[in-house]
Amino acid sequence: MDWSTEFVEGLAVADPVLQLNDLHKNFGGLVVTDGVTLDIGFGELHAVIGPNGAGKTTLINQISGLLAPTAGTINFRGTDVTDLPADKRAKLGLARSFQITSVLPRFSALENVALAVQARNQTSYRFFGRADHEQPVNDAANAALAEVGLADRGQTLAAHLSHGEKRSLELAIAIAMEPKLLLLDEPMAGTGHEESARLVSVLKRLKGRFSMLLVEHDMTAVFALADRISVLTYGRILASGTPDAVRADPRVIAAYLGEEME
Amino acid sequence: MTQTLAASSVLPSQQTDRANALPVAIFLILALVPFGAAFGPESYVLGLFTRVMVFAVAALALDFICGYGGLVSFGHAAFVGIGAYAVGIIGAHGVTEMLVSLPVALLAGAIFAYLTGTVCLRTKSVYFIMITLAFGQMAYFIAGSLAPYGGDDGLTVRLRSTLLGFPILQNDRTFYYFVLLSLLVVYFAFRTIVYSRFGRVLRGARENATRMATLGFDVFSFQRVGYVIAGAVGGLSGFLLANATEFVSPAYMSWQRSGELIIMILLGGLGTLHGAIVGAAAYLLIEETLGGITEQWKLIFGPLLVLIVLFARGGLLGLVDRIRGRPGRG
Ligand SMILES: Nc1ncnc2c1ncn2[C@@H]1O[C@H](COP(=O)(O)OP(=O)(O)OP(=O)(O)O)[C@@H](O)[C@H]1O
Ligand SMILES: [Mg+2]
Repeated sequence: MDWSTEFVEGLAVADPVLQLNDLHKNFGGLVVTDGVTLDIGFGELHAVIGPNGAGKTTLINQISGLLAPTAGTINFRGTDVTDLPADKRAKLGLARSFQITSVLPRFSALENVALAVQARNQTSYRFFGRADHEQPVNDAANAALAEVGLADRGQTLAAHLSHGEKRSLELAIAIAMEPKLLLLDEPMAGTGHEESARLVSVLKRLKGRFSMLLVEHDMTAVFALADRISVLTYGRILASGTPDAVRADPRVIAAYLGEEME
Repeated sequence: MTQTLAASSVLPSQQTDRANALPVAIFLILALVPFGAAFGPESYVLGLFTRVMVFAVAALALDFICGYGGLVSFGHAAFVGIGAYAVGIIGAHGVTEMLVSLPVALLAGAIFAYLTGTVCLRTKSVYFIMITLAFGQMAYFIAGSLAPYGGDDGLTVRLRSTLLGFPILQNDRTFYYFVLLSLLVVYFAFRTIVYSRFGRVLRGARENATRMATLGFDVFSFQRVGYVIAGAVGGLSGFLLANATEFVSPAYMSWQRSGELIIMILLGGLGTLHGAIVGAAAYLLIEETLGGITEQWKLIFGPLLVLIVLFARGGLLGLVDRIRGRPGRG
């Protein structure tokens, strides 16, 4: 391992599940990811914070395989996945949620989650037998729904769920994949105070079970959950470290936290 | 508890007994048509309803890929034409055995679907429509240029397909039931598939392809398999059509034919399967009736179709639901 990185960024971890190496992304002339190098350790909950338009979602899109980086590499569990499509990365154990809810609207909540289970459980090139009668799949899906507090909403069409419930469904889908790394893009976006407190307690329970990369604007949630925090501004990592170190960093206060913490 | 869980996470249109009553009624009526026809212009009625069922087979395949897969193919008639040409060309070389021509028709449709699907399925929405249309037209022009097989004029099928040398389809009534059996098999096959794991993935991709990819599904490959199934069944429809008309022509592949198939599934109600049968029947029977009244039947038919599609979302079946004050299907 290049240990000058370790020294400068303070980021190197013994056994990383994810390594981003000098990642760059341009949209035409717009530089949205500008040399991001980042490691996430097994079991770690790593928060990425930063102002609107900093490039957080773009970063997650590159990690999950929905956007190709302009330059740099992405290493996931020892495999270079930079050129792998999203579905192959998911099969390797990468799950994500979306900032703007992305579920199957005309499927029930249960079937949304059941598809995530189905994806990792045997082949889906099966043309006989009702998929919705597969008890092991339904059981696993119901367990994931229960975990996020949607146990009694399984039969509701996803389109008919409230906004908060849809946020929880996003989470249930992701954890039902039993991933090795969970990418969460603002899981609390648009939820009220109570709902986001509930989601924080859900995430606390998930912590340790999954490695997580959490993008979130809710600073209370971030400082309550994160093992380490990276601050992203203009596509660049401004600072990275423990919550206390980041909170005290004058550059971070000047660039971002100053306004957010008030 | 497990029962209610299982039964509810499914396609809304199939939950009620009434939803099952309709397909049963449809197939009962189709089974009884020959008995009724015996009292009237028998061969005319048999011929008309045979045509209805032949197009219903093609419409079912289109409803599968379009209504459940969300892939609006505007080149579906190409599969039908290819299946028909398989019969025509093999027949022109003196082979009428359906154990040969039927698999060839299915396979030809499937291969064409595989090759064109590999290209089409890389595109989305309106581009998909345009490129399937382009491939359909390509097949149309190629068929028209097949000089040894009649070119633009098409070619006559001198003898209906035989089974182990026996001319079992020669009798119109037997042929009618052969087509009905094909329709029944295709209907139940699709019904099974749409509820299966594969069908769920196909429906999921219609809803949100990006989400499906992030779950770990190779959406393109699943859609291509679905497209190949639709192509093979289109080929089956062509096999039946060539035998029904005893004639094969490039016109079977024209974009108008593809458009008609889309209208049929819209007319019957998209994504219901039995709607495809209702739609094919409605389309061909309206065409036949209006055509008997006036030369300018298309002037009436056109606006009528627009009205049904605009005001009866869910097609004719949706209209029935609304008149009865029931919630429409999803
Ligand atoms: N597909 C795209 N094409 C062009 N520009 C884009 C594209 N996607 C994002 N951008 C731009 O890249 C920048 C970063 O966007 P991104 O969504 O990654 O920010 P973010 O940090 O997630 O912001 P927010 O906190 O508001 O979610 C923005 O200026 C955005 O307009
Ligand atoms: Mg964002």
